[in-house]
Amino acid sequence: MGIRTAIVGVGQTHHTSKRRDVNGQELINEAVRQALLDAELTIKDIDAFVIGNMDHFEAINYVDCWGVDGLGSYMKPVIKVTTGGSTGGTLGTCGYQHVSSGLFEVVMAIGWEKNSESDTQAAISTCANPIFERDFFGGAIGPNAAQYSMYMKEFGATQEDAALVAVRDHNNALNNPFAHVRKFMTVEDVMKSPMLCYPIKLLDSCPRSDGACAVIYASESKAEKIRKSPAWVHASAVSHDCTYFGDYDWEGQPTLNAAVERVYKRAGITNPLREIDVMELYLPFSTCGVVWMDHMHFCERGEAPKLIRKGIFNMDGEVPINPSGGVLSTNPIGATALIRIGEAALQIMGRADARQVSNVKTAMATAFGSCYWYEATILRSTKP
Amino acid sequence: MAKDSYQEQELLEIKSGKAVHIYNWHCGEYLSKFFIGLRDKKTIMGIKCTSCGRVYVPPREICGPCFKKMDEWVDLGTEGTIYAFTVVKLPYIDPNTGEPIKVPRTDIYVKFEGADTRLTHWLDETDENKINVGAKVRAVFKERRRGTIHDIEYFTQI
Amino acid sequence: MDKAAIIGVGQTKYDREKNKDFPELVYEAVRNALDDAGMELNDIDNVVTTSNDFFDGRTIACMGVADAAGSYGKDATNVEGDGTFSAVYGLMRTIGGTYNTTLITAHCKMSEVNPRKLFNQAFDPIYERMLGIDDVGSAGLQARAYMKRFGITDRQVAMIAVKNRNNGSNNPLVPATSYVSVEEVLNSPPLASPIKSLEASSFADGACAIILANQNKANKWAKKPIWVKGVGHCTDTYRLGERDLTYSNALAQAAKKAYQMAGINEPIRDLDVVEITENFSHQELMWYEALGFCRLGDGGKLIEAGSTEMSGELPVNPSGGALSANPVQVTGLARIAEAVLQLRGEAGRHQVSNVKTALAHGTHGICGQSQCVWILSNQEN
Repeated sequence: MGIRTAIVGVGQTHHTSKRRDVNGQELINEAVRQALLDAELTIKDIDAFVIGNMDHFEAINYVDCWGVDGLGSYMKPVIKVTTGGSTGGTLGTCGYQHVSSGLFEVVMAIGWEKNSESDTQAAISTCANPIFERDFFGGAIGPNAAQYSMYMKEFGATQEDAALVAVRDHNNALNNPFAHVRKFMTVEDVMKSPMLCYPIKLLDSCPRSDGACAVIYASESKAEKIRKSPAWVHASAVSHDCTYFGDYDWEGQPTLNAAVERVYKRAGITNPLREIDVMELYLPFSTCGVVWMDHMHFCERGEAPKLIRKGIFNMDGEVPINPSGGVLSTNPIGATALIRIGEAALQIMGRADARQVSNVKTAMATAFGSCYWYEATILRSTKP
Repeated sequence: MAKDSYQEQELLEIKSGKAVHIYNWHCGEYLSKFFIGLRDKKTIMGIKCTSCGRVYVPPREICGPCFKKMDEWVDLGTEGTIYAFTVVKLPYIDPNTGEPIKVPRTDIYVKFEGADTRLTHWLDETDENKINVGAKVRAVFKERRRGTIHDIEYFTQI
Repeated sequence: MDKAAIIGVGQTKYDREKNKDFPELVYEAVRNALDDAGMELNDIDNVVTTSNDFFDGRTIACMGVADAAGSYGKDATNVEGDGTFSAVYGLMRTIGGTYNTTLITAHCKMSEVNPRKLFNQAFDPIYERMLGIDDVGSAGLQARAYMKRFGITDRQVAMIAVKNRNNGSNNPLVPATSYVSVEEVLNSPPLASPIKSLEASSFADGACAIILANQNKANKWAKKPIWVKGVGHCTDTYRLGERDLTYSNALAQAAKKAYQMAGINEPIRDLDVVEITENFSHQELMWYEALGFCRLGDGGKLIEAGSTEMSGELPVNPSGGALSANPVQVTGLARIAEAVLQLRGEAGRHQVSNVKTALAHGTHGICGQSQCVWILSNQEN
């Protein structure tokens, strides 16, 4: 077994659509300093760094080299990881592995994005195979929209079911001072919003944000000195099997199934709805918040709309999803999945302020990106 | 620095201009054969893994799950059904041209009878009320073909 | 802390231009590595790929090689940087408790891109990029500063190009070249003074894969395990104007950590062979100094003394190094693969004799901003 590892500090910027007042490095630095403040550490205490974003949004090659000043990583070990939308999840796992390997004791993972600096969908479209799929690929929205068109036909789900998810996440964000979009919303507002890619409408869709998030991982011996109740990392898993969007089995969602199955097994979870107290899920579109629930071992296929209509995933429900407002409220893409981990950690540490769910012992965070690449992490208040 | 002085400060942006990256991607043997099939014979080819029996389109060298090289080619014909579709209405910038895409545009995933994976392309209908998941479609080829995925001009419902 | 060993390596041949696409290259390297280890894909617990969105021409470039890298059904992740850094992450995953065997891959097709443009993109878009500076121009700045400070001569720099390019003729995996002399190097067309074209690396297409195993799984495979004795990585400042361009502090720091872990006290004595990444000839001289093979400023003297030739005390780059083939970001991983071949006695015509301990090195960023050092040995203890 590796070294027990915990999250001891989380920092994030106040996410917004355009940070004209800072350049990328300064944005990163805000999150870094917040995380250090949160953990009551100085930059000298950090042994290694791992950074991630999606290159084409800012068009900077070798971001780990460029980011040294903002990171505070001068003359320290730095690695860059990137996996598209799931980058934040990859970052979290990388930070965790740095420590659990025994090679480093205190490691900072930073995710960031200045989506305002480029055309997001254009950049995302280049992830599809340029020879075969790029021209027919409506950015990130296309495949998810296409998937919901199938789900509606097969199970009779409706656009209103998806709108309920949008309403839930957006209204949760009102409790989160860091969230980008903080607007009270109703199902009617969502249904009236402009259509982007049928059937996904503007208010069903994540925004694009400028923002950064930093999470500090520490070994058991260091973690106990830094914080009385840190968030212990119990398991992480990832699955991504396909290179072409046309290869993916959208009905079976094999990679989502595999990622959650692996993480549940590694964390000893057999009944997720009962054993997990809160979830920060990477749901970039409200439709995902419907279809994907079927594949997380919460219910049988096609049953998700029933659970959603019953309010099981609301703040006052059995298993709140996205108390932070989720991706629908905040989306600096390279940071987004790391924010899920950071928010889940804050829930465990009891430091989520107005968005705190009560009695959180086990939390799950997920990441999603590219061709159905899923990562999942389980955090607990007790040591593994 | 006090917030006030930031509010007075003029904030600039640097534009990249028409920064262009030119790439020349090699197709390799498998994709080349597929495109030559489109160009010369107006046929859509898939490739079969002799281990698990799955047929892939577009064709590629190895079967992911079996991690084996494939070499059995299958003619998939030119007709399939709509597996999924979306009508794109947001005119984002086309990374190939730097100009906004023309909308509305319908992207579809086509399921061929003999294949286990789906090919993505365009449909010539943009009214979502007139498009059905499961509808039969046929590939419409261009007169002048050059060995790219655009040798198929679009798919049409039949 | 658990120990780990390299139990399989695979490389494609490196060529100026290859017709295979990325996944086909990666598959070839992975298949070679699995065959080398006597393993099947089922024996691999997880995968770390290396890819760069700019070089591949698509965002989330790692997606394109998922199948070919054997990720199907497994946990896989991706590093963007030189392959030595991916291998560091792979090492962490191998000893961290979740996985026992890790496959690390890297691929690159420099023939498909405009390299100078891509390296220009590594510069800050606000201050520096618009000046048109790229990898070659900046290397010219570095070479000039270094040579002036220590009186390194053009001949000494050219000798590295001669050594490595001629060593390359014994390596069947790099493009064939004819013998080159110091005069030919000095007379080769100038790129950005003082750098001449034969003193710059040879961009190439290719892929490489290595397999790491935790100590409890290292001995059941086809080849003798090559033990990872020490690893270090470090990143210097970003802006050239803020860095000491005449000495690589980051390499010294990375080496210090790796040497400490491996118990290396006197590199020239304790190491038997070295595979380093020299994107430009003058950099190899600089790396000698930062790695402690000689004193500060004495890189030129070391090459003149013949110490790093095939017949010398500590041969450097018997494979021909980056000057012979540089599929950027694969290059460092290939140095690890070559070091493994040396330690196993499998390096054929470019084998160095009596190799027990090897150093492999990779670099990332402009003018070697980030550095990574590996110490490997065929002796477990």
